[in-house]
Amino acid sequence: MREVCVVGVGMSQWGEIWRRSLRQLFVDAASDAIKSSGVDHLDGLYVGCMSSGLFVGQEHLGALMADYLGMRGLPACRVESACASGGMAVRSAFFEVASGASDIVMAAGVEKMTDCSGDDATYALATAADQEYEVFNGATFPGLYAMMAHAHMDRYGTTREMLSAVSVKNHKNGSMNPVAQYPFAITRETVENSVMVADPLRIMDCSPITDGAAAVIVTTEEIAKKLGKPYVKIIGSGVGTDTIQLCQRDDMTTIKAATIAFEKALKMSGKKLDDITFTEVHDCFTIAEIVVLESIGKYQPGEAGKAIVAGETALDGSFPVNTSGGLKSKGHPVGATGVAQVVEVYKQLTGQAEGDRQLKNSPKVGMAQNMGGSGASSVVHIMEVGS
Amino acid sequence: MTMFSSRNWREYPQRYRLEASKFKKSGKTYFPPRDVDPETGDTEKETVILPDTGKIITYTVIRVAPGQWGDMSPYGLAVAELTDGTRLMAQVTDCDVEEIKIGMEVRIEFRRIQTESHEGVLSYGYKFVPKWY
Repeated sequence: MREVCVVGVGMSQWGEIWRRSLRQLFVDAASDAIKSSGVDHLDGLYVGCMSSGLFVGQEHLGALMADYLGMRGLPACRVESACASGGMAVRSAFFEVASGASDIVMAAGVEKMTDCSGDDATYALATAADQEYEVFNGATFPGLYAMMAHAHMDRYGTTREMLSAVSVKNHKNGSMNPVAQYPFAITRETVENSVMVADPLRIMDCSPITDGAAAVIVTTEEIAKKLGKPYVKIIGSGVGTDTIQLCQRDDMTTIKAATIAFEKALKMSGKKLDDITFTEVHDCFTIAEIVVLESIGKYQPGEAGKAIVAGETALDGSFPVNTSGGLKSKGHPVGATGVAQVVEVYKQLTGQAEGDRQLKNSPKVGMAQNMGGSGASSVVHIMEVGS
Repeated sequence: MTMFSSRNWREYPQRYRLEASKFKKSGKTYFPPRDVDPETGDTEKETVILPDTGKIITYTVIRVAPGQWGDMSPYGLAVAELTDGTRLMAQVTDCDVEEIKIGMEVRIEFRRIQTESHEGVLSYGYKFVPKWY
């Protein structure tokens, strides 16, 4: 396989973006990525999107987006793995370049979630769970993660304070991210006085509904060098899956798909866990950040919550997590999230993170962990600074 | 969305009668029924009926929910492990939501679940009720 690099990135504004449509959000991010990379053409396009069909009644995004980007004829298709669609688009582009089939491929992600009612959006999101045996019985996504949270609290003594610490930290980081949907700091009291959605998760434990897009240009190291722009290498890509139904997993306090994805990506990268000094993780709910950090083996089961409260995962901690603000503060346009995580790792590794959220220790290796459903699929990418 | 009745009646054996698949090679039971044993790849199986009692191993109380579920909230939702070790997710009913806790013993009962799709198809299935009830 050839060495694969990310050489340019782009993001649209994230939030409730009434003036921009699904295709316009994509074009905002994609044009940005092309411009920042300096590439003069693309050989292929993957669009990560979970459910444009249910959110705005539009499928067939490959052709649509290629056309509106001004690239009719470009080989393009949509990639779907629920909320892990973006990570899966990056992985598809990675392998297309690694295999030698193409030299310059765009991986993008987009979701337009506020053109429909909250009920319709909740319905669309719930299709990532088992329609006939979870959703049929009244399960919602906050409900599924709430059941993981109760199981985790029961087994390890995980506390309300630990969940709140995730939200407070991510909002603090997101307050320095210019494209974030909710770029403001919050207090523990704000989280703990917010509306209960599904016990024990409150609204401030939940990532929001967001419009947004993100894009990255994936290419060879040779081309990246020629372009003369900052670049990072994708040195590991891994995917794992598990039962779509939460209750069919032997252990509901861990996410096996994330463990599998991480181990595969780590093996490909040739690195050790401790070589990775920061990560973006899929904090769709506060409990998810705790469970994922344990599932990848960074913390022993039951220890991640304590580490977060102790500040270990803060910007100035030993292992910063979700420097972008995470899904909680930056927003969660489901299909775009996995691509935006790669954008953040790229920015941190190339010293381009905006404001004070740029890590001070010149990090060399970072990671992005993206997840679908209640953890039925996960994609992990490990990236390293280019020479 | 329009829902053809076939999508509903196809699920009757498991939703109405708790039919599950027990595979010959592993002796493991899966609910809902499957064609392939995920552990052994075995396809030889028999249909068994799940026991109707178990205990809650995790739960939540849904307080914000979409559509018709919003009219029912707050409602309890739980995963119970049945006496044969199989697990399933269902609503917890016939008790105050504040009474639901991990370790609570429940019985499975046949109940109306929801009014599905634009056609308003009445859909039935199973719910958990406290064992003492």
